[in-house]
Amino acid sequence: MKHVLSMAVSFGALCIATGAAYADCGIEAGSVRILSNDFEALRIVASEAEECASDTVTVTKNQTEEHKNLQVPALTIDPAEYTIAMVANNSLVPLLNDDLVQPMDDLVEKYGQDLLPNQLIRIDGKVMAIAFMANAQHFFYRSDILEEAGLEPPTSYEEIIEAAKVIQDQGLMEYPLIASNKAGWDLAAEFVNMYLGTGGEFFAPGSAEIAINNEDGLQVLATMKEMTEYMDPDYMTYSANEMKADWEAGRVAMMTEWGSLAGATIDDEGSTPEITGATVLTAAPTVGGGDIPAVALWWDGFALAKNISDEDAEASFQAMMHGIRPEVAEMYPEAATWLIKGYEPGAGAVGVVATANAGARPYPMSPYIGLLHTALGSELAEFMQGNESAEDALADVEAAYTAAATEAGFLN
Amino acid sequence: MPHKTFLAFILPAVIAMLLFIALPIVSVIVQSLYVEHEQVLEEVENCGPFGCTTEVRVDAEATAALKSADPLGRFNGLGTFFNRSHLAVSEIGVILADNDGLGDIAARIYNLPFYKALLFTLSYTFIVTPLGMILGFLIALSVNSVSQVLKGPVIFFSLLPMIITPLIGSLILFWMINSQGILGSALQALFNDPTLSLKASTPLTWLTLFVYGVWTAAPFSFVVFYAGLQTVPGDTLESAMIDGASRWERVRYVIIPHLGPLATFVALVQLMDNFRVFEPIVGFSAEANATSLSWLVFNDLQGESTQLFGSAAATSLLTIAGVIVLLSPVLVRTWREFSNKA
Repeated sequence: MKHVLSMAVSFGALCIATGAAYADCGIEAGSVRILSNDFEALRIVASEAEECASDTVTVTKNQTEEHKNLQVPALTIDPAEYTIAMVANNSLVPLLNDDLVQPMDDLVEKYGQDLLPNQLIRIDGKVMAIAFMANAQHFFYRSDILEEAGLEPPTSYEEIIEAAKVIQDQGLMEYPLIASNKAGWDLAAEFVNMYLGTGGEFFAPGSAEIAINNEDGLQVLATMKEMTEYMDPDYMTYSANEMKADWEAGRVAMMTEWGSLAGATIDDEGSTPEITGATVLTAAPTVGGGDIPAVALWWDGFALAKNISDEDAEASFQAMMHGIRPEVAEMYPEAATWLIKGYEPGAGAVGVVATANAGARPYPMSPYIGLLHTALGSELAEFMQGNESAEDALADVEAAYTAAATEAGFLN
Repeated sequence: MPHKTFLAFILPAVIAMLLFIALPIVSVIVQSLYVEHEQVLEEVENCGPFGCTTEVRVDAEATAALKSADPLGRFNGLGTFFNRSHLAVSEIGVILADNDGLGDIAARIYNLPFYKALLFTLSYTFIVTPLGMILGFLIALSVNSVSQVLKGPVIFFSLLPMIITPLIGSLILFWMINSQGILGSALQALFNDPTLSLKASTPLTWLTLFVYGVWTAAPFSFVVFYAGLQTVPGDTLESAMIDGASRWERVRYVIIPHLGPLATFVALVQLMDNFRVFEPIVGFSAEANATSLSWLVFNDLQGESTQLFGSAAATSLLTIAGVIVLLSPVLVRTWREFSNKA
């Protein structure tokens, strides 16, 4: 009897010991396999989820910028290579198109006590993804330069262009503006952002028919082109990371840059206190007299693979709930604009919050927006360099998109 | 060699070539004839952190049913080859029927993605191949006459461009020619033009890519020609010297004819290499000014959400056709030399 008792005691001690080593996620058993993009906020969430690993629960992660190319093939096989795919507005679409993710309503009911209603991405009424952070490009300006030039902070692209002219004329800066106009994804994103600000739609309602070849499209192109007059002549080679570098070097006075890079731009690394101290983050500018901020809103979240066992699905959901619990947002307020309960926006998040509050529109989730994005990225380059008229550029985009959408089966 | 032995000797190579070269090409040919099924679309309510919208989505079940019934997709025949992204037959018809003269025709055809890529690819191939070979030959000649002590280091430095991964090499140069980089600012100072940028205009971007191409292609020619130089018969050279031939005449009348067959081989390899130019375009972020056929394939497969396999397959086949056309003169020549010997 005594022997049995001591065994029970030591077993209990063992349990306490393991309990201390592993976070208590309440998972009995299962395998959690995470695929995600690679930036700071996602690294935090994934490593928090990893704390749920125990003798019976394995947690692995693959964080790579190539995640978009991996996710469809990896989730198509049965059982899927990953149980969790971290996605954004645009990268959820290919998974939905091929029916590779499962609804999470039951799991939300069972384990999602800490979730806010607006974190649930409902498609046709079913929870297909859970968002935990928001992201958007928004306006950065240098208050010291604007003051020196005697200017009020601009709120629209028209005012930005005027301000840039003043700054250049006064010789305060050679090239006061910068934008991510690198041919390809970045250039297309600039167009999409500004087009959203006009209030126009990309497609004819309910179909894949393109609808950007209009006055709004021409106005967007004219504004994008006019801005390049105040940019470094290499403006067609800049993407978001190079913009941040130029900003930190103090070569630029105004830019529309990603909220997810704001924290790293105003921190005390890579720049001087004069520059970071004078950097103001605010809502994205409007365009053409409209009142919608001319940027796309993005959310980042996760979706649950379809081809996995129920046990793994449950374990994965619980591990992710641990990864995005309210304490995570409390611990890392500067890492992202969290959508998590109880989050107080940090200094790096004010721009995204202001942009969302001003009524910016989300990046569209149409199944064919990706094809339009690709067509924009390659067909607008000639116009931006002044080798083609805006009308021809939009006609080229329309033709390139139509050819691709026909081949992909969206158009006949 | 008896036929049987020869067959046994070559069989593994034939099997490997069938498996890894012929079969993939057959698969690409089949793929180029098909396009995706028609996607069944439906409108649904879509809610998230930023409110609700009505969006179109793919009816995954209905589309999956279509796919499983006919996994290859819809048969499209040669449709993909003739559409705007490739040979653009109907667009060219329109341009030819209604235009403002030759300049307009050229400009509008150049505006079509395939022809734009083809023009750069051909220019790159025909400029970089001969220049790279000439530079390689000159390096080989100079290394051959360098003293024994210096030979090792000189060979090592001449080979560097080939050792560096093309993508990395082009990225390094890309940053050096940036207007704040060492080469970029040196050029600005040299031409006294603070707005000079090698990356901003099409002609200068092409020039940069050509220079990069020659830089990276020269070492291969150098290695082959240098090896060839070691086989030049000393007696012939000596007798040419006794006859009073200058150094240039010895190169022109002894060395170059001796290296002729080697040059054919180098040209063959370099033509193929340069025709599939790709890495420098990505490394130099030159997509706005220069695209190549390989880049078009990459662009189709790197789509935001949808990969265009049919389109990529069609471009690949057109590239193969291009390589065959390019190589045919060299191949015919090799065949003649071979028949003459036999």
